[in-house]
Amino acid sequence: MPDKTILSAKDLDFFYGPAQALRHITANIPANQVTAFIGPSGCGKSTFLRTINRMNDLIPIARVTGSLTFHGRDIYAPGVDVTALRRQIGMVFQKPNPFPMSVYDNVAYGPRTHGTCDRAKLDAIVEDSLRAAAIWDEVKDRLKKSALSLSGGQQQRVCIARALAVRPEVLLMDEATSALDPISTAKIEDLILELRERFTIIMVTHNMQQAARISDKTAFFLMGELIEYTATERLFSMPRDKRTEDYITGRFG
Amino acid sequence: MTKRKPAEVSMQILFLLCGLVAVAFVLLITAYLIAAGLPAIRQVGLASFLFGRTWDSTNETDPRFGILPLILTSVYGAAGAIVVGVPIGLLTAIFLAKAAPPRLAGLLRPAVSLLAGIPSVVYGLVGMCVLVPALRAWLNLPAGDSLLAAILVLAVMILPSVIDLSAAALEAVPKEYEEASLALGATEPETWFRVSVPAAKSGIAAAVALGIGRAIGEAMAILMVAGNVANMPSLLRSVRFLTTGIAIEMNYAAPGSLQRQALFSIGLVLFLFIMLINILLSLTVKRGKEV
Amino acid sequence: MARMRWPSPRRGLFNAVLRLLLWLSAALTGGLLVAIVCYVCYRGLPGLSWQFLSSAESILQGTAGILPSIFNTLYVIILSLLIVLPLGVGAAVYLTEYARSRRLTAMIEFAAETLAGIPSMIYALVGVILFCTALGLQKTLLAGSLTLAIMTLPTIVRATQESLKTVPKAYREGALGLGAGKWRMIRTVVLPSSVDGIVTGCILAAGRVVGETAVLMYTAGLSTAMQDFSTIQGLMKASGSTLTVALYVYAKERADFAAAFSVATVLLFLTVLINLAASLAGKCLRRG
Repeated sequence: MPDKTILSAKDLDFFYGPAQALRHITANIPANQVTAFIGPSGCGKSTFLRTINRMNDLIPIARVTGSLTFHGRDIYAPGVDVTALRRQIGMVFQKPNPFPMSVYDNVAYGPRTHGTCDRAKLDAIVEDSLRAAAIWDEVKDRLKKSALSLSGGQQQRVCIARALAVRPEVLLMDEATSALDPISTAKIEDLILELRERFTIIMVTHNMQQAARISDKTAFFLMGELIEYTATERLFSMPRDKRTEDYITGRFG
Repeated sequence: MTKRKPAEVSMQILFLLCGLVAVAFVLLITAYLIAAGLPAIRQVGLASFLFGRTWDSTNETDPRFGILPLILTSVYGAAGAIVVGVPIGLLTAIFLAKAAPPRLAGLLRPAVSLLAGIPSVVYGLVGMCVLVPALRAWLNLPAGDSLLAAILVLAVMILPSVIDLSAAALEAVPKEYEEASLALGATEPETWFRVSVPAAKSGIAAAVALGIGRAIGEAMAILMVAGNVANMPSLLRSVRFLTTGIAIEMNYAAPGSLQRQALFSIGLVLFLFIMLINILLSLTVKRGKEV
Repeated sequence: MARMRWPSPRRGLFNAVLRLLLWLSAALTGGLLVAIVCYVCYRGLPGLSWQFLSSAESILQGTAGILPSIFNTLYVIILSLLIVLPLGVGAAVYLTEYARSRRLTAMIEFAAETLAGIPSMIYALVGVILFCTALGLQKTLLAGSLTLAIMTLPTIVRATQESLKTVPKAYREGALGLGAGKWRMIRTVVLPSSVDGIVTGCILAAGRVVGETAVLMYTAGLSTAMQDFSTIQGLMKASGSTLTVALYVYAKERADFAAAFSVATVLLFLTVLINLAASLAGKCLRRG
């Protein structure tokens, strides 16, 4: 079965003021697979992730050239509604960042923002999302308690549930397990493998083993350039580029 | 081991005394207010002092010292100032902390601190010469000196503290909350109102409490616009607050008279009000820190 | 298929209304300031002559003049700062450098907060009983300054404390490591590097003194005649109105609004000056 491309970058450049953070990125990201971005810190992998849902718009001096398309439509075209885009491309952050509200309100926040007010519908969405994030059993008795009272791993899964509640097609995960303990990390990795059935997942990770364990394709970034991008197995077993090999064998980074 | 030098020890004691001065002043103020305020309350009777509906201190045959109108006026005045001032202040704070282009924020910030620095008599003067005549003309009143005029002046006067504290609280909201909301497809205004404001709510509550304290404590500005008749409060009538009740008679009440003692009793009531608000304020701030 | 357009026109409208509300409120706040300043200047500037600023009022010639009030204001600022400065700085030093007991610190800080929250009318009453009557100072600028010193104490304490907290620990350790005593360390290292906070505190306190009316009206007198500031006796006995009190007297008791607005213009000018000074002091004196 050929991969169906959902996101496609072509000659994408990204600048912070005068500094160029991404150089000529060209890549097709397949739907319903897990794609991992790896590379040393400052290599541009997070920047690229954040251009996909236009979170970099928040930085006044940021500038993008080239094209980045989602279902064939340019994300940076004038007239694109960023809120609708971000609804379709959800994001989970490095540090668990639940709102200082109840678990229920956290998960219901997105649907409410997008106009769902019906109580029964919200209840159903919250339950579905929490189940999908594999946290329902742990929080079903404390939905009204503050999300801040949960453990870090639980908080992160609530954040995943919160992202899933708006029914995105793509889920961006920006080092989503780097602040968690190994057990919570394992749970979230299992979760990612399950979610692959229904969502396209793009994850940034500094943990090569993690990329090797759960991703289908892996992209290696270095100093703002996409050095190598191919099937994960291939990238880790026979890298084409010397720099990739140096990185995965631990010679730098 | 050498012994500590005497100079070191005496300086430490000196600094300790400086620190205790604040405590001493609070105790002194409390003690003096109680000592000066109780005699009249005892003579008039606590119930008829607090709940008496008539204040007629200069009546020679039958003076009355009921401060219910003053208490209610202060409560209504502060409530009115909060109702008018807090929404404008909070919205301005959101603007300042989140929405304003940096240049504009750089202009607005000093404007707010200037607004805070203008002496209250200047607010009173402008209220007296602009607001009062305007109210009389618009509402077709015999006189514009009224609770409404006082509320409007107080609303303007509490604006700076409400803006300052709320904006500081909003700026302290972790960026992660806002990013998470934006990443879910919420717009910026939705994020400010539905995530930032709830996250800053204890700071905003403290701002409101401070505003209430300011409104209850203000004297000069409302002395100039409220008409100062001790009516039961009504929006368009002349009223007298706890503060102005003291201010208006202070300079001609004969020393030692029951009238003068009663003014100190009003002071005691006002002091208790303010202490109550301060305690509420420090509780909200503390609770906000713990969460 | 991607749906990258507004989800609903209602939501777009809602957002536009929220933004509009923010801009309107900010415009109202800024507009109020501009309107007040312009109106006061419009009514006050015409009467603001050199003669008005540089003479006492003369009933014989029928001329107004606020020189005595300007002097009284300056005198009250200087006197109350002289009293409050050592107390306030001392209290702040105790709190940040010496205090060990958390209970005592909490008590002192609570007392300072309480003092900051007490309305000026209460200070007026206390000034009347404590300084005018009990200490027998009567209605004098001295009694007024003493009362204002209590009132501005929290301002000085807080500003100094903030500044002391930012003095790097390394400075303190450096001094102590050289064998300096605590007091010597404070005098030679800590206080000099928190001058900015102390100066800012003084400016803020001066601002409160300039703006204060109620306290001075009942403790310092209403006279608009020139006081004798040349002898100790005169300084002790001087009694009269500061600018704010003069404004009140002109407006409320004599209905001389032209003079009242002229005084208001002077007060606005002083307020702007004090605000500028405060922000400049913060910027310029910050140690590099």
